Amino acid sequence: MSSQPEPDGKLLEVEHLKLHFPIRDGIIFDRQVASVHAVDDVTFDLIEGETLGLVGESGCGKTTLSRALMRLLEPTDGTVRFRGKDVTHAGHKQLEPVRRDMQMVFQDPYASLNPRKRISQIIGLPLRLHGAPRDSIENRVRELLEKVGLHPEHLNRYPHEFSGGQRQRIGVARALALEPRLIVLDEPVSALDVSVQAQIINLLDDLQDEFKLTYLFVAHDLSVVRHVSDRIAVMYLGKLMEVSPAEELYTKPIHPYTGALLAAIPIPDPRENRRRERIVVGGEPPNPINPPSGCVFHPRCPRATDICRTVEPPLARYPSGHLAACHHPMNVTEDEIRAAERDETSPHGCGDELPKDSLETVSLPGSAGAS
Amino acid sequence: MARFIVRRIGQMLLVLFAVSALTFLIFNVIPGGDPAVRMAGRHPDPGQLARIRAEWGFNDPVYVQYLKTMQKTFTGDLSSYTTNVDVVDELRKRAPRTFALAIGAAIIWMLAATAIGLYTAARAGRFADRSITILALVGISMPVFWVGALMNYYLGFKWGIFPNGGYVPFADDPWEWFYHLIMPWTALSILFIGVYSRVLRSNILDTINEDYVRTARAKGLSERRVMYRHVLRNSLIPIVTLWGLDFGAVLGGGTILTETVFDIQGVGQYAAESIGQLDVPPVLAITLFGSFFIVLLNTVVDILYAAIDPRIRLQ
Amino acid sequence: MPEPLLSVRDLEVSFATDEGVVQAVDGVSFDIGQGEILAVVGESGSGKSVSAMTLMGLTRSPNARFSGSAMYKGEDLISASDERLQDVRGAEIAMIFQDPMSSLNPVQKIGAQIVEQIQAHEALPDAQARERVVELLERVGIPRARERIDSYPFEFSGGMRQRVMIALALSCDPNVLIADEPTTALDVTIQAQILQRIRSLRDETGAAVILVTHDLGVVADIADRVAVMYAGRIVEQGSLDDIFYDPQHPYTWGLLGSITRVDKPRPARLPAIAGLPPSLADRPEGCHFRPRCPHEFAKCTEVPPLEARVEGGQHLDRCWLTVEQKRSDREVLPGEIGLRSKEGAPA
Repeated sequence: MSSQPEPDGKLLEVEHLKLHFPIRDGIIFDRQVASVHAVDDVTFDLIEGETLGLVGESGCGKTTLSRALMRLLEPTDGTVRFRGKDVTHAGHKQLEPVRRDMQMVFQDPYASLNPRKRISQIIGLPLRLHGAPRDSIENRVRELLEKVGLHPEHLNRYPHEFSGGQRQRIGVARALALEPRLIVLDEPVSALDVSVQAQIINLLDDLQDEFKLTYLFVAHDLSVVRHVSDRIAVMYLGKLMEVSPAEELYTKPIHPYTGALLAAIPIPDPRENRRRERIVVGGEPPNPINPPSGCVFHPRCPRATDICRTVEPPLARYPSGHLAACHHPMNVTEDEIRAAERDETSPHGCGDELPKDSLETVSLPGSAGAS
Repeated sequence: MARFIVRRIGQMLLVLFAVSALTFLIFNVIPGGDPAVRMAGRHPDPGQLARIRAEWGFNDPVYVQYLKTMQKTFTGDLSSYTTNVDVVDELRKRAPRTFALAIGAAIIWMLAATAIGLYTAARAGRFADRSITILALVGISMPVFWVGALMNYYLGFKWGIFPNGGYVPFADDPWEWFYHLIMPWTALSILFIGVYSRVLRSNILDTINEDYVRTARAKGLSERRVMYRHVLRNSLIPIVTLWGLDFGAVLGGGTILTETVFDIQGVGQYAAESIGQLDVPPVLAITLFGSFFIVLLNTVVDILYAAIDPRIRLQ
Repeated sequence: MPEPLLSVRDLEVSFATDEGVVQAVDGVSFDIGQGEILAVVGESGSGKSVSAMTLMGLTRSPNARFSGSAMYKGEDLISASDERLQDVRGAEIAMIFQDPMSSLNPVQKIGAQIVEQIQAHEALPDAQARERVVELLERVGIPRARERIDSYPFEFSGGMRQRVMIALALSCDPNVLIADEPTTALDVTIQAQILQRIRSLRDETGAAVILVTHDLGVVADIADRVAVMYAGRIVEQGSLDDIFYDPQHPYTWGLLGSITRVDKPRPARLPAIAGLPPSLADRPEGCHFRPRCPHEFAKCTEVPPLEARVEGGQHLDRCWLTVEQKRSDREVLPGEIGLRSKEGAPA
């Protein structure tokens, strides 16, 4: 595996990616009558060695997006480049070398391991598929087990003999087998108990340092990703709402949707919890077959005005490198608004109008960062 | 819904065409299938053969023959090559017997399988369950002609409990009709009872662990109501589908053996006789009759399925 | 505390399995009063759900054994007959389950499912029962309730189905509401809506709520009192403030420490409890948390009783350390309490 770093350090480039699932109907010949806008014009890069947290509620398209990046699904439009190579519509053969470099860890450690295979076979499979010599496989599997904190004696056991946390370690070992450069972690700790979650997160952290891995960490809420991410992207209804350096997202959420997500997470501190002003966002995410006009969040947004209903906001780049697609951003000063620029990653169909005001800068739902 | 029916009728026509064309072709190419030879009797002279061929149109290209035969089938003047009997009349006479056999058997196997499935699921793993499991496997493994022959010999001939085959029309004597059909119904049902009771048993055991069954208990419903309204009802959904399809298949040819063994003189037995004599017109008509019911029941099952399981949408 | 509505004493539940006898619940005792929200907290396998479901007899099966008592209005639910429990279920004690996607019958209209429960307990004509269902659906925040009463569960989102479950649970005005991980399967913004709804319903109806959860954030948001369970036993029990600001059991420290908080600067490393919970078929002698506990000492091979060690008498725990030792040993991380990691513990 050649591993000269890409000149600009970009491991993965995603440009205006769209993935629509067609809905077909017809009497004799089916024609497409509508489509589910699962991913709708998303642009971002992954820099070698970083962790990008991708957060959104169920149905926001985060899982579809991660599957499209892995090329388990074929994008409808836009491009995906991995190490400078366009893989958007690459066929099976062309993808083979790329697949080595991208691995995935799944949410459900119970469903993602073949129950009839021994651990040695499960972890060794990717090695065998990519033609590693038979005698080297077992040593490699032992090494991997050790790396993820399991005992080499576990080699000949079956998945059901392990707890959820241990199974997730096995999933991680399998992903590591081919020395990938990118690992997509699809809610890797959501199915685990809290005390075990922390163990797995710490493990992922150590492995990243050791193997110089790049992670895309997909999660449904903001509490877990924080500990692993360098940057965080918030998705809603197939679109990016906000992309921010990790810490800043918690102290200074700019998009009201991010604010709502933060406010919704109960804080395990009763006094603090009673004190903080909670804004509970009403309603539920709308149907992605027929997304709302303008800003897709406007039907649930407490700050929505007329412009939000008609014009899709561009991603505005604020001085700290923080992007947000909102006409009425929170937690930004007048200076920051003046300095904001339209980012080139904005979706094609959005307006050019940058925010002019931040309404009031008082309400700061969920963020107690100042205290 | 209207769109669904239009679609299905189109599909049905397509299937009927394909089935009849295939049947016709097969009988045209099999050795010894030349109908003129069969019709001419022993040692025919060439002149006789030529006359028959000309008279019956056997010299026409195959597709013309096919079209002519189909036309006759639907105008009702298709006659047998061997007996000269009008095929459509014959079918009309025999169809009620086959319906009586198939409908009765379908009711019996469904009721019996439901009862056995419930009983064994309630006693899963215990002695009663295990012994019935073995019985069901035996039932599945016994061929109809063998069971039928045994029943005929012992229950009919030797002990004289039931009449030894034959059929009495319902209009003539309802009791004798019923009495004569008991053995054929049973023989035809055994296989299905075995299969259905096993499927239902495992469906029930899966359903009983569903979260919504726990919810039903938590609501304070009686165990009986939980069992019938929630467990049995949901377990029966896939079975009803199976039932419709199997019923169609039985009408469409599944009664051949039973009818022959018990001498019922229904459509199935007619099929067996006609095939034996390579008599194309009746075979073609019976094939159309059978496939019509199979396709029809398929459609009925889909509609029924959508009615009992609202998650299914017809399209 | 007022007279308890439900009083559980020494509840034990065990199941005979292929791997031997599994002691799922081992001597659980607690009281709950009217209008109170008691959170039962623990990880999978701690016995929290089994305890809750046993109160309604939902764990009864030929291979289950029970002992202890659960007194409700002068009557023991553990020894009550199946028929008697049928009357209690749904009417006196109702339950909300974790997964709203699978907890409703998929082929029955939601209105019919609620009417079924009402009519199991009250002789109410169909029209009136339906009218009550419409009211209930409106009360739990389902828009256009009159139209949606004839919808099937698959036509609802997860959050809406959980509202239907809550409406179902409230349909006969129960005195005790058991909510088993009611928001775990939901998105955070929907979780906040549902918790708010449960809280306001408690205020309106005065029902006692037993909330089974693994999420201490949810607990901090809604509970009045907390019982922490580990491997079948309650290891600590007290008021919300007792548990969060003066936790006595090292397991509680670990739980508090391993939560990711969004309102505080992030620690360099997430504090984790080393090791895994024990198998219920083969639990360590004495304190079950011993193998994972950094403060283990000789006495821990004896089972510590659940008793008040802190002054005041309402805050109970099962740990042999003295209160002074606990207060000095638990680690105070930035803004929170944690557990130091154990030397040589399995990863």
